[in-house]
Amino acid sequence: MAKLPPKSMPLHSTPAAADGQLNTHTALPKGVMRWVLTTNHKEIGTLYLLFSLSMFFVGGVFALVVRAELFQPGLQLIDPEFFNQMTTMHGLIMVFAAVMPAFTGLANWMIPLQIGAPDMALPRLNNFSFWLLPVAFTLLLSTLLMPGGGPNFGWTFYAPLSTTYAPASTTFFILAIHIAGISSILGAINIIATILNMRAPGMRLMDMPLFVWTWLITAFLLIAVMPVLAGVITMMLMDINFGTNFFNAAGGGDPVLFQHLFWFFGHPEVYIMILPAFGIVSAIIPTFARKPLFGYTSMVYATAAIALLSFLVWAHHMFLVGLPLVAELFFMYSTMLIAVPTGVKVFNWVTTLFRGSISFEPPMLFALAFVVLFTIGGFSGIMLAIAPADFQYHDTYFVVAHFHYVLVPGAIFAIMAGAYYWLPKWTGHYPNERLAQWHFWLSVIGVNLTFFPMHFAGLAGMPRRIPDYALQFADFNMVSSIGAFFFGTSQLLFVIVVVICVRGGKKAPAKAWEGAEDLEWSVPSPAPLHTFERPPKFERSTS
Amino acid sequence: MRALRYWSTYIAVLPFLVPTASYAWNMPIGVTDVSGDIYRLHMTIFWICVAIGLLVFGAMFYSLFRYRHAKGAKAAHFHENTLVEVLWTAIPVLILVAMAVPATATLKQMYDPSDADLDVMITGQQWRWRYEYMGENVAFTSSLSTPRVQISGEEKRGETYLLDVDNPLVLPVNRKVRFLMTSDDVIHSWWVPELAVKQDAVPGFINENWVRINEPGIYRGQCAELCGMDHGFMPVVVHAIEEKAFDEWIAERKAAAEKEISGIDRDWKLAELMERGQATYEAICVSCHQPGGKGSPPAFPALAGNEQLIADQAWHLDRVINGVSGAAMPAFRDTLNPVEIAAVVTYTRNAWGNDTGDVVQPSVVAEQVDQ
Ligand SMILES: [Cu+2]
Repeated sequence: MAKLPPKSMPLHSTPAAADGQLNTHTALPKGVMRWVLTTNHKEIGTLYLLFSLSMFFVGGVFALVVRAELFQPGLQLIDPEFFNQMTTMHGLIMVFAAVMPAFTGLANWMIPLQIGAPDMALPRLNNFSFWLLPVAFTLLLSTLLMPGGGPNFGWTFYAPLSTTYAPASTTFFILAIHIAGISSILGAINIIATILNMRAPGMRLMDMPLFVWTWLITAFLLIAVMPVLAGVITMMLMDINFGTNFFNAAGGGDPVLFQHLFWFFGHPEVYIMILPAFGIVSAIIPTFARKPLFGYTSMVYATAAIALLSFLVWAHHMFLVGLPLVAELFFMYSTMLIAVPTGVKVFNWVTTLFRGSISFEPPMLFALAFVVLFTIGGFSGIMLAIAPADFQYHDTYFVVAHFHYVLVPGAIFAIMAGAYYWLPKWTGHYPNERLAQWHFWLSVIGVNLTFFPMHFAGLAGMPRRIPDYALQFADFNMVSSIGAFFFGTSQLLFVIVVVICVRGGKKAPAKAWEGAEDLEWSVPSPAPLHTFERPPKFERSTS
Repeated sequence: MRALRYWSTYIAVLPFLVPTASYAWNMPIGVTDVSGDIYRLHMTIFWICVAIGLLVFGAMFYSLFRYRHAKGAKAAHFHENTLVEVLWTAIPVLILVAMAVPATATLKQMYDPSDADLDVMITGQQWRWRYEYMGENVAFTSSLSTPRVQISGEEKRGETYLLDVDNPLVLPVNRKVRFLMTSDDVIHSWWVPELAVKQDAVPGFINENWVRINEPGIYRGQCAELCGMDHGFMPVVVHAIEEKAFDEWIAERKAAAEKEISGIDRDWKLAELMERGQATYEAICVSCHQPGGKGSPPAFPALAGNEQLIADQAWHLDRVINGVSGAAMPAFRDTLNPVEIAAVVTYTRNAWGNDTGDVVQPSVVAEQVDQ
């Protein structure tokens, strides 16, 4: 019997929860304390998403400072020292405070709803994991005001630039990353516990929606690699404050060891930021093509394969540090291999569209743009995997173009797609379609205007992370800067759409999208505070 | 206000600028056999990606137009087909193997620095390069020579803006040159696109790479690994010249170096040390300690009016020779010769109102360096 994503069953939802009959939490704290103390997965999900959105703008402003300085050759607005702090902070904030918490927020909201669980398995831990984040990033941002400035060594913080030669605030940076890392690990434990223990009776692992599957695998990746990050920053802490020489060559240490450790964390981290995006897109495309996903099973296996391979490719970030030939060849081959399961995913999405009945609501627009633009980022990824060619590409704007294609129209477009897809469930209203379309088209134009010219700048020879550049790169940079302001400004539209959607708009029924099949569409829109207090009976659909 | 004017003019002229740009926008073919191989590899893979892209996006956009809900398309319900799934796993594997074969061959060639005619040691320093022709007794540092007024925009920017140095690396054509790369402080990366050589200079490690240049010319590049404040301001310039001219050039440099060393023992005058010292200061020290010795605290202390420096000549000399452990100040005992150290210390002790009147003799420095 063929397996299909689960079908919605409005009969098994728990409308009783809507009027609070089953609600035993009688005295909810009021005002701010309600949000500080909440253990409800939906409220915590909302907190995560709002935090992520605000950090998206903070990181975005840093990026715009960088792009403003790079608008033309010469130093006009900021000095090189502050420029380095801006590129570093932009990267750190976007990775750790915008993209990762956004996915955790979506997981909090949607995983219990998609598996028919009443809440996350460990609700108080859930509250704690969230509230660690504002602490971590307040600390991180405060380093910008400290004497000597904030972190200025790039988001990859290579030693010894980040140890012996680092500003005094680096110890605070380490503490901030430790706190954010603990938050991620606790969040991951909670997600695994929820998925493994709290599925609706009858729902097997291979019945779970792909967003749940991709998050389950992502959570295992997090638990595997966040401790490695914690280890490497602890070694930095020791080098800076306690006289050890892990990374100090003058004391017998090894700066290349830093990079091995960092990228053993860093490469799986890249997939942590993209696997849940695959899950979101795999939910949206079948919904709006009104046709089941072509290969559910192969999607699950491809996700697992990508996750396993991600532990074997880390040194492709280090092709230039002087690795021996056999190591270069091993990491080149293993990296190229990742193209296979990634290709399987793209082929699956395209085949799902084939002979479907396709409509173009905002979530679908973002999902389709994701498929095209993420694939372009994948192509430059294959090029970068070719070690001899990487001797030219490495550390240039070609790399900057590559990872922004997989992260902005990749991860962030998928998050936007997810937000538009589930906003009716969260708020009970459809997002304003006109505005959402404007947001989509401006974003697509802006993102390509910003990042496509970077391919050319990099191939022509522009290194990354420089505050000023030779004249032959001027035109590409000007276009990128204009694109960046265009893209950045158009994201304000998203805020407007969300605010309007929360306050009103076209009412959404329980099943907000005609082709939507998963369990979350069986509960009312907006989803009441407590859902599935009695577990729904999961029935596998057949075809 | 000035910034605003810049912006508005640029936005207005942008549509005319873009099409007239005759600049490079692809990887250079370069002037070595390896750089040509890499270029062809790059283009081959690029076109393979374009072909796959056309197929995938073609199928996708066909489906999007053909099966629109708005046009009454009825969804089929097929899913899972083993043959299709095996094919789209196997075919990419074959394509990847086809890419890996030439890539492996090129990489093997790049990893063979044997039988070099000349060894050059390249040392990265914040923020300049030091070149040493091994066994030739010729060594010098190479720093950015683009005037600061061009960076600030007070002067028109030249064609090679940010890509000019005081002392370029001179190399012969048609000879195999082996590079040995390391660093005195943080990780740098020495890169010249036309030579397809980019290699990290890592403190405590010596990395190898090599080049055989086919055409004489001037080839420019930059440091590629973030190395701190002036990472964007440490260019690389290579002059590739004919073999005969190179032999003459190196003989000349060798003679000059020997002459300088023989001058260590004589008594140097304040004025000549000041002149020498100013040149060294502007090539080596200025990037951290700033013009006028102003410094940029807390990382880089001011030298002008620095009380400890003025009071204690021995302390001052020791810091220049041996560096400051745990801070950005490197030891210059191996990278500057005694004349240069004596000159720059003398200069620093007398410039910008420090006026100590001290004259540090190269012979004194030489003694201390030898200890
Ligand atoms: Cu450098």
